[in-house]
Amino acid sequence: MKDLLIKFLRPYWKQLILTILLLSIQAISNLYLPNLNADIINNGVAKSDIPYIIHTGSYMLFVTLLLACCAVASSYLGSKISMSFGRDLRRAIFYKVESFSQADLDKFGAPSLITRNTNDVHQLQMLVLMGLNLMVMAPIMCIGGSIMALRQDVVLSYSIVIIVPIMAAVVGVILVKAIPLFRSIQVKIDRVNQIMREKLMGVRVIRAFVKNDYEARRFDEANRDLTTTTLRVNRIVAVAIPLLMIIMNVATISIIWVGGHRIDSGAMPIGNLTAFLTYVMEIMISVMIAMGMFIMVPRAEASAERILQVLNTEPSIEDKSRVVAVRNVKGTVEFCDVEFCYPGAEEPVLKDISFVARPGKTTAIIGSTGCGKSTLVNLIPRFYDVTGGSIKIDGVDIRDISLRDLRDMIGWVPQKAFLFSGTIADNLRYGNENATDEELWHALEIAQAKDFVMALPDQLYAPVEQGGVNFSGGQRQRLAIARALVKKPLIYIFDDSFSALDFKTDSKLRAALKKETANSTVIIVAQRVSTIMDAEQIITLNDNGTIAGIGTHKELMKTCEVYSDIVYSQLSKEEIA
Amino acid sequence: MSINDNHQNKKPEVRQHRREVRTRRHGGFGGGRAGAMAGEKAKDFWGTLKRLISYLKPQAIPMLLVILFTIVSVVFTVRAPRIMGSATNKLFEGLIGKTLPAGMTKEQVIFLLKATGKTQMAEMLSGMNVVPGQGVDFNALLHILLTLLAVYAAAALFQWLQQYTMAGVAQNIVYNLRKQVDNKLAKLPLKYYDNHSHGDILSRVTNDVDNIAHTLQQSITQIVHAIATVVGVLIMMFSISTLLSGIALTIIPLAFLVTMFIMRRSQKYFIAQWDSTGTLNGHIEETYTGHSVVKAFNQQDKAVERFDEENERVYESSFKAQFISSIIRPAVNFLNNVNYVIVCVIGGIRVSNGVMTLGDVQAFIQYSRQFTQPVVQVASIMNILQSTMASAERVFELLDEKEEVPDTEKPVVLEDIKGHVKFEHVYFSYTPDAPLIEDMNLEAKPGETVAIVGPTGAGKTTLVNLLMRFYDVDKGRITIDGVDIRDMKRDDLRKIFGMVLQDTWLFNGTIKENIAYGKEGASDEEIRAAAQAAYVDHFIRTLPQGYDTVLTGDASNISQGQKQLLTIARAFLADPKILILDEATSSVDTRTEVLIQQAMAKLRKGRTSFVIAHRLSTIRNADIILVMNKGKIVEQGSHEELMAARGFYYDLYMSQFLAPVSESLENGNSVIR
Repeated sequence: MKDLLIKFLRPYWKQLILTILLLSIQAISNLYLPNLNADIINNGVAKSDIPYIIHTGSYMLFVTLLLACCAVASSYLGSKISMSFGRDLRRAIFYKVESFSQADLDKFGAPSLITRNTNDVHQLQMLVLMGLNLMVMAPIMCIGGSIMALRQDVVLSYSIVIIVPIMAAVVGVILVKAIPLFRSIQVKIDRVNQIMREKLMGVRVIRAFVKNDYEARRFDEANRDLTTTTLRVNRIVAVAIPLLMIIMNVATISIIWVGGHRIDSGAMPIGNLTAFLTYVMEIMISVMIAMGMFIMVPRAEASAERILQVLNTEPSIEDKSRVVAVRNVKGTVEFCDVEFCYPGAEEPVLKDISFVARPGKTTAIIGSTGCGKSTLVNLIPRFYDVTGGSIKIDGVDIRDISLRDLRDMIGWVPQKAFLFSGTIADNLRYGNENATDEELWHALEIAQAKDFVMALPDQLYAPVEQGGVNFSGGQRQRLAIARALVKKPLIYIFDDSFSALDFKTDSKLRAALKKETANSTVIIVAQRVSTIMDAEQIITLNDNGTIAGIGTHKELMKTCEVYSDIVYSQLSKEEIA
Repeated sequence: MSINDNHQNKKPEVRQHRREVRTRRHGGFGGGRAGAMAGEKAKDFWGTLKRLISYLKPQAIPMLLVILFTIVSVVFTVRAPRIMGSATNKLFEGLIGKTLPAGMTKEQVIFLLKATGKTQMAEMLSGMNVVPGQGVDFNALLHILLTLLAVYAAAALFQWLQQYTMAGVAQNIVYNLRKQVDNKLAKLPLKYYDNHSHGDILSRVTNDVDNIAHTLQQSITQIVHAIATVVGVLIMMFSISTLLSGIALTIIPLAFLVTMFIMRRSQKYFIAQWDSTGTLNGHIEETYTGHSVVKAFNQQDKAVERFDEENERVYESSFKAQFISSIIRPAVNFLNNVNYVIVCVIGGIRVSNGVMTLGDVQAFIQYSRQFTQPVVQVASIMNILQSTMASAERVFELLDEKEEVPDTEKPVVLEDIKGHVKFEHVYFSYTPDAPLIEDMNLEAKPGETVAIVGPTGAGKTTLVNLLMRFYDVDKGRITIDGVDIRDMKRDDLRKIFGMVLQDTWLFNGTIKENIAYGKEGASDEEIRAAAQAAYVDHFIRTLPQGYDTVLTGDASNISQGQKQLLTIARAFLADPKILILDEATSSVDTRTEVLIQQAMAKLRKGRTSFVIAHRLSTIRNADIILVMNKGKIVEQGSHEELMAARGFYYDLYMSQFLAPVSESLENGNSVIR
């Protein structure tokens, strides 16, 4: 965590030093005020010297003003530094992740990266903000307070040695006890939320099976459990503040008692007692705050660790230092003995994959779940790099082409149709900013999405919510297909992109697509045989990731058992003929 | 939160995404109470407050105790500085007394001082309780300090009692509130679920209720405490010195106003911070989840550009929000210190003049310090209350939703059910302006299969909704064995049906519990038999914990196909008279798919079945085929009849099952008719 803080706070070192300086001034003035007050009592009140009182009083006012100015200035700088720190850290993570390959991203998983980029940064940012105020202030107040207390009366200052450890121990015990308790509440809250979520998702099933009573009991149990735990925790925590108050107050009373004797024996002037009490209070409060800060540190430490993991990851797929410039590409995709193994996996997902996908032809890939169909097509845009063999486009190894050029050639439709927030037009223009409205409509028409887009009040400019949640699965898929069409690429990759479409839409779409992609290389991954029956070339994969057979539907039905098995499981005999 | 609209919901697209975004932002911004400052305003603050208070009524006695304990605790706390002041007085008196010649009376000393021109000193002495020549009276001091100790202890004790009691009150209310919401949800019609996003409902039950809980636990006691303290301190201050109180009273409202002013200014930036953080997090979220799409379309630079913009915006607003709100403390501290200095000076002068004692000045300083804190507290609680009322409003809104039509008074109980289903002149629509089903008639005799076919989103679930009475027909009636389903109890009706839908709903529990969901008190043998019938017994036994394997939250530890088999086993165990099946098996591998098919076929045997059909064999063998499109039933009849009619079904059939692309192109005209 230290390295991270140093690295990202370094650009602000000047402001940082200034802030610490300002905070020190604040701390000192804060400590100085009781001292002046003691002077008023000792030299002014006890000696009935009114001019002295007024003089010292105006001096106090001046100190107060200084204090306020320093406080405003330091919180200005503190806010600025901590928020800049957060901004810079967020940016560094985002830049890093954008350079990641899919494999790098998978290592963390998108949700985890999102948390690291948002919550973890927030955690550290808060630490810096709080740290700049309290962490700097608390030790100064603690040390300064002790010095001032010593100046008031040395003997009485021994009391600090007794009080502070007791205070720290009590606060420590409370924290150690309370933190696991709060954690257990969180677990129970999660449980209540989870049951509620299940009930919402399964409302039809619950009602269909007439399980309302059962569900009510289930929820009630979790609710009761949460309530009793929270109650217990709150009642334990209820002891904390009165307990701390008692400790502080007992300390005060003992100091007055001991101090009284010292005053009586003439060892200490009376004004010093009041000042001393103030200092002891300041010290105790600082200890409390410092202890409180310590709970933040382990959490921030964990966040820093997670962030560093991201920042220290080097992207695994980058352009070579010298890339081949590609011109007049036709779009022939060739797999030569390709092998692919996920990092850390024992067995390769794909082995000995060789085939050629030619422009103007459709190459389909089929096989049972988990046999590596999607993985295979993910190798083409280099989301992952092959671990053996090579993939060539027009004879050039794709690793020799720049990532930008390579991906510009490809129109990719992902398995999970992913839309961005914005408008439909924004999404469609994602691969081709300059597309005209006519081109967009044309693509929508081919993708069988024209009807429903037309029906929207804002048509092309209708809003798309984050993740496209305001469209159905089928609609999202069709929009994703249209998005790829707008790009007019050389190579189309459809990664099981028709699964949410009904058969009728599916076949209409493919018919329209056929014309549009007459000169392009089309690679389709599919689950449904009917989707790919008419492809020029069907590559059937075995469960172990090798090729079981390549050919047309008719050929494979005769020669490839894996293929015919799949077909039989989906269609009844009469439809196959 | 991927919602598969095809199967789960029908038309109502009126989901409240805005609210979902709000919820997400809530979570996104590091969570916690950080939002309290951002102030969501309640629409009807006082109305909602009144209603929330009505929830306190059953807790009236403990609530009164809480208030009583708070007041008692404050009374003691407020006494303390005064007592401490008298301790100081004792010390001061001892100190002065020592400097005076012993053997003289106080009056003699004063006379002497006046005579020597030390009038100031004389005046001070006149206000004191000094015995010349005598030092500190430690007996008296001990007595005072012990009293002080007792007072402090009492204050702490009552503070603890108050917290302790309040915890009970708050938790009791929140428990009941959650329970009420849960009960309410059980009574709401399906329509409510379909029109509200799960995220929205969930956040009302969880975030909003938690928010209320927190306020009840913390803010209410704080506000009572703050008010009691203000009153108590005021009384004490006036009892010491009217002049000083007057000064303090001009400073304190000033502190309050300054706090409110700054808070209001910063609120604007807090909202901006909230909004921009939400946007930024949204951008991060979608860029990361769509990483491969971003890369495939070479859009990293664009994503980074947009990130920088949003990130800068977050920085600007959060910096301002942070800075402005952090001014409150120094500003209040400044006023506090000014007050402190003035009290010191005037107090000092007055002690010198003998009008006040030193201990009183000291006590007064402490009082004035205690005064500003609750004032600032009240200001910030006002903000928290606003957001709590907004939460309460949302919870109440849910509690006020219209409930399902109650069951009939005298329900018919069917015995020996045959499974004869009839739709008679049924009319139905989700929204009045878009009629869906008009004058539908259908008869399924016992044991017959009704296949429902149609393109995606054709509204096949509508039929399920009507049969199970998730929705009621607008006109006409549906009967089972001749009895209108509205004349039965909903629970009895639903027990007749078995349902296997594509969205396999399994809950967090063991496999055994999930299967047993179909029949309460099922024996292990029955469960095993059901699993065997559904071809899933073997698979279950290969799992390390067998039937006791716990399915995690979203049951991600078993495959989609196995989940489907489990739901079939559940239906077997329930042994219903009428079945509703969804044949769709997406993302299921071929072997499992065959199993599912066989299991479904077995399940259908001898039962009246409504099948959302995806398989030609099912459709062709069905007794009646219902063809749906755009939510309406467009055709109805046997396979042969429908083929002969050359209508929508014919097109569908040709394109779906037979014609490869080239052919359907040629038939294009008829397809796109």
